[in-house]
Amino acid sequence: MVAHWPATTALNHAQTMTNQQPNGPQNGGAAIAVTPTAIDLPGHQLVLGEDEPLRLASGQKLGPFTVAYQTYGNLNAAKSNAILICHALTGDQYVAETHPVTGKDGWWCSVVGPGLTIDTQKYFVICINVLGGCMGTAGPKDIDPTTGAPFGLNFPVITITDMVAAQKLVIEHLGITKLFAVIGGSMGAMQALEWASRYPEMVFCAIPIAGAARHSAQNIAFHEVGRQAIMADPNWCAGSYYGKNVDPERGLAVARMAAHITYLSDSALHRKFGRNLQDRIEITFGFDADFQIESYLRHQGRSFVERFDANSYLYITRAMDYFDLAAEHGGSLPSAFEGSPVRFCLISFNSDWLFPTSESRQIVHALNAVAASVSFVEIETDSGHDAFLLEEPEFFRILSGFLRGAAEQHGLVGQAS
Amino acid sequence: MSRREIPGTARIRVDQKLIANMVTQGSRVIDVGCGDGVLLDLLVNELQVDGRGIELSQTGVNTCVSRGLAVVQGDAETDLNNYPDDAFDFALLSQTLPAIFDVKGVLHELLRIGRYAVVSFPNFGYWRVRTDLLFRGHSPISDNLPHAWYDSPNIRFFTLTDFVCLLDELNLSVQQIVTIDPNGKAHSRKKIGHWTNLLTEQAIFLIGRS
Repeated sequence: MVAHWPATTALNHAQTMTNQQPNGPQNGGAAIAVTPTAIDLPGHQLVLGEDEPLRLASGQKLGPFTVAYQTYGNLNAAKSNAILICHALTGDQYVAETHPVTGKDGWWCSVVGPGLTIDTQKYFVICINVLGGCMGTAGPKDIDPTTGAPFGLNFPVITITDMVAAQKLVIEHLGITKLFAVIGGSMGAMQALEWASRYPEMVFCAIPIAGAARHSAQNIAFHEVGRQAIMADPNWCAGSYYGKNVDPERGLAVARMAAHITYLSDSALHRKFGRNLQDRIEITFGFDADFQIESYLRHQGRSFVERFDANSYLYITRAMDYFDLAAEHGGSLPSAFEGSPVRFCLISFNSDWLFPTSESRQIVHALNAVAASVSFVEIETDSGHDAFLLEEPEFFRILSGFLRGAAEQHGLVGQAS
Repeated sequence: MSRREIPGTARIRVDQKLIANMVTQGSRVIDVGCGDGVLLDLLVNELQVDGRGIELSQTGVNTCVSRGLAVVQGDAETDLNNYPDDAFDFALLSQTLPAIFDVKGVLHELLRIGRYAVVSFPNFGYWRVRTDLLFRGHSPISDNLPHAWYDSPNIRFFTLTDFVCLLDELNLSVQQIVTIDPNGKAHSRKKIGHWTNLLTEQAIFLIGRS
């Protein structure tokens, strides 16, 4: 039975969100300019959409706006060795260096670097903070020059298509006409698929890892739980908490905790934590973090809020929810790849229940239907969705093997910088 | 072009070399049941084909992809229907036919997605196979049939003559037949007679549409 919930059953905060959209999709008016908040972060920043604003999927126009990105390695003379890495929901452009905020290793330090699977002595690696993000690219915490205050929920809703359209402008700015590879896990996989589908002539090979061509109902449901946790935090202040000395960090932490469970598998949780108690020898008959898993999740939540903006979390989860590559092509996924010259390599993990193998297989079938060049591997691991961020030797072996083969076909053999 | 030797992978078999001889340079090829990709690698690197593969075993797929081949995990019986008509010039089925349940269906699919099918298989009409059964009373085990009866992936036990009859029944056109004798020597055949059936260990057929 399908329940038809009246709109009023939505939490009050969510209603506030819909009521506050000043520039609806109908509004084709002036471009929305974004003034970046002054932050001192390593890497590059680029102002885009000055001459011609970026047309968003919502119909709104954005510009000028800032995009922050980081690069590793050197671009060769032919500009043929560029790899674009697309980060996931809570990732950022600091792929292979110490993170400027947390002081920890970048999220793919085990994969990207000199002599590693994605060898920065061979390839020029680019990673761009997505639109709506909070690490230097235009997002809800930036300033709306028309009001002089942070956008909050007045920031336009962003889609995966918009993120990729902005990335394309950066790639063009770098003088690169064809990326050797576009690689990404999770939301990064969505971007890689979008790149290959929308700009096939600019992509030699695409490697979507632990991804899907659309966000499933279950995934949207988990995201909604996270968003409602943020909106239920009184410190959220309907999205305008900036400059008020409050932060919806409890809501954001709960969102992160719930999401984090979906990134792991039952067996991995059991292997790591079991029912082990945290710094105690027996249960306390209270609601302190008795179990190690509770303590771990609380830690995950706490450390996340130090580096992430709650409104960015709302915007980026929404972008993932809206992603449906088939819908962009009249409901036919094969049409998204018709005549594609791109070489695809899809990788899934057997214990990933958030983006299960069946989702990757659906993409493979669509690619087969248009006789595109596709490799597809399911890696056996108990690490769940997060496996793409972890030490997985078989995953590394396949990634490097595919890249080596593709590099040969792209004429990159023996070209060390 | 540098040849990458992957440790532990099989060397090129004689039937694989003969299959490669039937494939046109630069053509579009799908190898159904491509194993660890030895044949596909040969075709891609020596004949510059646009090569794809399907393999059932995950270890086989992983080895193929890690050597840079466009291979997906899939089942010949269920996954060929994803491909469009005429997607390939050649659809290869090397030593996989005895493991196929729906033989007619798979042959039909091979010749729908490929203009030609190249099929190689071990011959159960070979005299040693017959004498194993007749005199030793055992199911045959040989280099070409290395499995014991209880762990063999093979579910179809057919002879060269059986296969010719099937192609006849399906009204498919046989373009080329190469048989391999016990010494590994290849013979091009126009027809399969009783003696050829008796003396052939394996065979390769280039088949066209009816």
